[in-house]
Amino acid sequence: MDDVVLQNISKSYNKGEIKAVDDVSFSVAKGELFGLIGPDGAGKTSIFRILTTLLLPDSGTASVFGNDVVKDYKAIRQHVGYMPGKFSLYQDLTVKENLNFFATVFNTTIEENYDLIKEIYEQIEPFSDRRAGKLSGGMKQKLALCCALIHKPKVLFLDEPTTGVDAVSRKEFWGMLKRLKTQGITILVSTPYMDEATLCERIALIQNGKIMSIDTPVNIIDQYPKKLYAIKANQMSKLLRDLRDSEHIESSNAFGDYHHITFKEESDLKPLLNFLNERQNLDVEINEISPTIEDCFIKLMHKTIQPLPKIAQ
Amino acid sequence: MMNREVVISTEKLTKRFDGFVAVNEITFDVYKGEIFGFLGANGAGKTTAMKMLCGLSIPSAGNATIAGFDIYKQTESIKKNIGYMSQKFSLYEDLTVMENINFFGGIYGLSDKMLKVKREELIETLGLKNQEKKLVGSLPLGWKQKLAFSVAIIHAPKIVFLDEPTGGVDPVTRRQFWDLIYTAADAGITIFVTTHYMDEAEYCNRVTMMVDGEIKALDTPSKLKQQFSATTMDDVFFELARGAKRSAD
Repeated sequence: MDDVVLQNISKSYNKGEIKAVDDVSFSVAKGELFGLIGPDGAGKTSIFRILTTLLLPDSGTASVFGNDVVKDYKAIRQHVGYMPGKFSLYQDLTVKENLNFFATVFNTTIEENYDLIKEIYEQIEPFSDRRAGKLSGGMKQKLALCCALIHKPKVLFLDEPTTGVDAVSRKEFWGMLKRLKTQGITILVSTPYMDEATLCERIALIQNGKIMSIDTPVNIIDQYPKKLYAIKANQMSKLLRDLRDSEHIESSNAFGDYHHITFKEESDLKPLLNFLNERQNLDVEINEISPTIEDCFIKLMHKTIQPLPKIAQ
Repeated sequence: MMNREVVISTEKLTKRFDGFVAVNEITFDVYKGEIFGFLGANGAGKTTAMKMLCGLSIPSAGNATIAGFDIYKQTESIKKNIGYMSQKFSLYEDLTVMENINFFGGIYGLSDKMLKVKREELIETLGLKNQEKKLVGSLPLGWKQKLAFSVAIIHAPKIVFLDEPTGGVDPVTRRQFWDLIYTAADAGITIFVTTHYMDEAEYCNRVTMMVDGEIKALDTPSKLKQQFSATTMDDVFFELARGAKRSAD
C-alpha cells in the first residue's frame, strides 16, 4: 500500500463559503519524492494539515502508511515529520535546545538519529547556542528540517520549505532532500516555485483546491497540447501587445527574456511574422521550444490573459 | 539613457549597525520611468538599503537624493513623492476595497474630487466593479496584490518601491501584475523592485545584484548575461550569490 493515500478529500471554511480543498485524490508511494505545486491559496497547507492529523476533512478519507487520519491519528503522529510553512520552532530557545526538545518529545535523543541529520546539522552547528529567533531565513529552514527529522520519521511533510528563500539556498535545500530520499524516507513537499517541480519524481499541479494534473514532470510536459514557441524582438512590451492583437495567436505569455506563444493553426507562423513586421517589430527571433512546468500550469488554468490595463496619470 | 532625468542618485551610501556594515558604500543612479531590479541573496542588505531610500532609516555615511530630495534632511518630502508596497503588508484586510482606496488616497492628500476620479478609474481598470464593498481579506491574493499596487501609485508618485510584490502569486496573475508595472513605467513612474523570481529580473530595464552589502553587478539583463557568460539570470544570480559570506534576513 502507498504511504500516503487521499480519496475524495474536501475541506471548506467559513460555513462552506471558501472551498479550500475540493475532492482531492492522490497517493504517494513509499520512498517517493512527491511535489504539490501551486500558488498561495491553492489548498496546499490544508492538505498538509489533514495528513498530519491537525485538521479534520469535511468528507473523503485519507491514510498515512495505512493509518486513517481521523481514527488512527496517534499512530500517524509518532511516525511523521512536519515542517509547517510558517516557522514554528521556539524562538527563545537555542538551536540545540530546540533540537533536544523535539527529540525528547518523540522519546529519542539527538545521538540516536544523528546520522540522519548530520549533514544538515553540521551547517548550523557553529550557531548551536544562538536563539532560533535570531537565525537567518536559511538557517531557520535547516534547523526546522533537523527538528522534523530527529525522530526518524517514515514520511516527511514539508510545506513550502523554500518560500522566501533565495535561489542559492533553494538549490542547496533540494540537494538535501535528494539525499534524504536515498535513506528511504517518503517526502511530500509543496512549493509555489514552478521551476522546482522538475526536482520531484511526481507532481500534482493544484489551483483553487482542485488538482489539475498528476504525473511525472516529463509526462506533464509531454502532454502539452500544442507546439510552443519562444519569440523575442527589439521591444518586448510592444511585442507582447502586438501578439495579443494578432488573430493568429492562441496564447502569449511573458517568460523572462522571451515571450512564449502558441498558434491557433500551425500554418500561422508566416502570417504572424508578416503582421509583426507591419507593426514595426525589429530583430524578431522565434524558435520552437519544450514547455516548462509553468507553461503547463498556465495552460491548465484555462484563463485568458486580459488586455494590458491602462493607468491614466 | 544618458540624457534621462535621474530620480534616485546614491553615492557611497552606507549603513552600519554596531560595527556590522549592512550596506557598504553603494553608488548608483536610477532614471525616470525605468524598471530597476534590486536583487540579492537573503541578508545581502536589500531591505536596509530600501529603508534608507524610502526615508525611513538615516544612513551612517554617504549621500543620496530621492526624487530630488535629500535623504538626510528631506525625508518627509521623500515619503510624499514615493509609493511603497510589499508582499507582507499592503492593504487593510478588514476594510473594504472602497475604504482602502479612500484611506490611502486620504493619507496621500488627494482632494475629494481627485479621489473620486482615481477610485472609479482604478475599480474599472482592475475589473473590481461590484466588489467595492467586499472586505479586502476576502479577495484572492492576486487581486489583493494588484489592488495594493494601484493604491501605492494612486498619488502618481515619482517612484514606487515594490518589495517582493509577486511572492506566492499564481503564474497568470503574476504576469498581469507585470502588465500593471509596465503601464506605470510607460506613464513615467520609476519602478524599484525586488524579487526572488529570476524570470522577473529579465523584465527589468537594469538589474543590480547586492552581495554582502555591496553592489557586485549593475547592468541590463542581457549585458549581465554576457558579462558572466550565462544563459539565464538564474545563472548570473547563482554565480554572484554563491560567493556570499553572510546570510541573514
